[in-house]
Amino acid sequence: MEVVFKAPHALVDVPMHYCPGCTHGIAHRLVAEAIDELDIEGKTIGVSPVGCAYNNYLYFNCDMVQAAHGRAPAVATGIKRSLPDNIVFTYQGDGDLAAIGTAEIVHAATRGENITVVFINNTIYGMTSGQMAPTTLLGQMTTTTPFGRDPKVNGFPIRISEMLATLEGPAYIERVSLHDVRHIRKAKEAVKKAFKVQLARKGFSLVEVLSTCPTNWGLNPVEALKRVEKEMIPHYPLGVFVGADLEV
Amino acid sequence: MFLHEIIIAGFGGQGILSAGRLLAYAGMLENREVSFLPSYGPEMRGGTANCMVVISEESIASPVLNSCTALIVMNNPSLEKFESWLKPGGVLITDSSMVQKRSNRKDIDIFEIPATELANEMGNKAYTNIYLLGKLIKVTGCATAENFEKALYGILSKNKHHMIPEEMDVLKVGMDY
Amino acid sequence: MGQKLLMKGNEVIAEAAIRAGCRHYFGYPITPQTELMHYMAKRMPAVGGVFLQAESEVAAINMVYGAASTGHRVLTSSSSPGISLKQEGISYIAGAQLPAVIVNIMRGGPGLGGIQPSQSDYFQATKGGGHGDYHMVVLAPASIQELYELTVDAFNISDRYRVMTMILGDGVLGQMMEVVDFRDEEIIETYDKSWAANGHGNKREHNMITSIHLDPAVLEQWNIGFQNKYKLISQNEQRYELFNCDDAEIILVAYGSVARICKGVIKEAAAQGIKLGLLRPITLFPFPAEAFEKVLNIPKAFLTVEMSSGQMVEDVRLTIEGRKPVYFTGRMGGMIPTVNDIISKVKEIKEKHD
Repeated sequence: MEVVFKAPHALVDVPMHYCPGCTHGIAHRLVAEAIDELDIEGKTIGVSPVGCAYNNYLYFNCDMVQAAHGRAPAVATGIKRSLPDNIVFTYQGDGDLAAIGTAEIVHAATRGENITVVFINNTIYGMTSGQMAPTTLLGQMTTTTPFGRDPKVNGFPIRISEMLATLEGPAYIERVSLHDVRHIRKAKEAVKKAFKVQLARKGFSLVEVLSTCPTNWGLNPVEALKRVEKEMIPHYPLGVFVGADLEV
Repeated sequence: MFLHEIIIAGFGGQGILSAGRLLAYAGMLENREVSFLPSYGPEMRGGTANCMVVISEESIASPVLNSCTALIVMNNPSLEKFESWLKPGGVLITDSSMVQKRSNRKDIDIFEIPATELANEMGNKAYTNIYLLGKLIKVTGCATAENFEKALYGILSKNKHHMIPEEMDVLKVGMDY
Repeated sequence: MGQKLLMKGNEVIAEAAIRAGCRHYFGYPITPQTELMHYMAKRMPAVGGVFLQAESEVAAINMVYGAASTGHRVLTSSSSPGISLKQEGISYIAGAQLPAVIVNIMRGGPGLGGIQPSQSDYFQATKGGGHGDYHMVVLAPASIQELYELTVDAFNISDRYRVMTMILGDGVLGQMMEVVDFRDEEIIETYDKSWAANGHGNKREHNMITSIHLDPAVLEQWNIGFQNKYKLISQNEQRYELFNCDDAEIILVAYGSVARICKGVIKEAAAQGIKLGLLRPITLFPFPAEAFEKVLNIPKAFLTVEMSSGQMVEDVRLTIEGRKPVYFTGRMGGMIPTVNDIISKVKEIKEKHD
């Protein structure tokens, strides 16, 4: 019998700890499929963040390095500068990348550091139980904005892809979403392209992935996917911000 | 015992630190133990600057000096600050173009050279410290003119080597002033 | 004979690191250690190495973490306030058991403090500094030649035990020049790095570099491993200098540039008929308890001299355990103790015990 669907080799065959309906699992799979299809597992080194994905070094079959909160782009820089012929990626959430690690991501981007960043934007801190993230939408209720995010108190949500796109360093930046199959397929292509950009030594690549957090949003998985489509995409439009014409 | 504890002090930009480095380098070429300790930080750029140089036949205990056997001063505040550091029998050399005050001490040898004026007459302000160093090596014997010349070749970048013969003339003027 | 050069302390550290096979430097500017960076910026490209000026000390230490994860020799340097910023990364490097070398050319604190020499980061350097039960090996050179020797040793010690090693100097050592005698050829010791995350090449299981263990039983075992390693380091690596101790009435205890001043004190005291010795710790962690046992019965008292309010003196007291009187004198904020300061303290102590 022909096998038409199987687990990617770049994923370790263990149960993941993520909540039901969380899209981290899908995002992991997309990264692993890209690694498999490009046949780069043996030379890839991933950097794990602090956040719900803190221990994804257990899930990816390539060599992995766990980083401090927000510091993954600096750690990845150290790795890539030591091993310029290897492939290096970071996998970071919005608290990690867009709050405590803002300096690190901006400077890795502006240096055109030849690494790939997978940026999970679910508008909330998951691991520490639902606090406001820099990406939390106005009015969104979190455990630290119990009455909804008020711009007078908490300021405005950050659009990371647009912000980084103002720099000259990045080669490729795209925002994608995981709320339905069609968009998951597009996300897959984006993640793969980001790795191909690195393989072609074109420089910094980042894919912002709009994701769910049903647990901390207080929604069921289906409602959560709908929220991505109805509330997040209007604020975080999908598309390529840098490198639309880049052929790799 | 061969032990020279030298302090050079003045304004930043007068060549204080480069004078100290030259001296330490020349001392090294004499096969002596040497140390050079500069003051550092914003004071190097226009404030007061000083450095401490030790040239010794024995291994040097401390590069940090609390007293000295020779003192070169290139401005008034430095004379005020360091005059009392000079040990009895020590040597004080001043750039008399810049230092109007005179030391009243009777237990030291005092030499005054209008080094800034002499250097201006030569058309190169960078020579100021060389006049003073000439006097220093002559009266203390802490280094020879020969090794001083080698130190110039060792420290100055190649594109300045053509100036060294003139600098050696300046050194000799300082020695005999 | 090797190559004799008149060099600045900061530059000697950089050159020594390159000679020890270090090809990766990440740093951020701060006085009084910047010459080290400048030297690296020029030299690293010439030897095919990496020099990168990071956006912050925090980023720099995390770049060190990344480079060390790949098994390469890596260096960073800073001065007191910058070292405080690096504490997070130092703790992670300890937790992940990565070898790396860090230089602290200390200046007066706390806060932004000043830029003049100080030894007030002794606690931070030797007791951990960041969070968690860990130590760095801490080496305290006292001359330019020793900066060279100990920088080379630092890389070997780091690789041997998979620990971070700190070169702890101060503004005097960083800024001063002395003659350094470089060996013609450096023998670079190599160590097993099969743990490194450098791409498994489809030839082995994936390596994971991490400091997180959420199961407390596992984390405790991990910590017990560290503590055993520190015991081994303490057995193997204690270093010190005993100078003039044989018939000393009082033994001075000092490290780094203050130890140099104390040698001047010993000379001056001898001229006044007072016999002093010097116990100079070269490793501050592990603290050289051995040295104290060797000389414990010789003097009437010990006098610790530091450019701090009295930090190392606590380890001196812990080591001597009340068996001999221990005194302290020191200056703070970038002030350097003078020979006369120390001699008057010596005379005060002598009067008490004669």
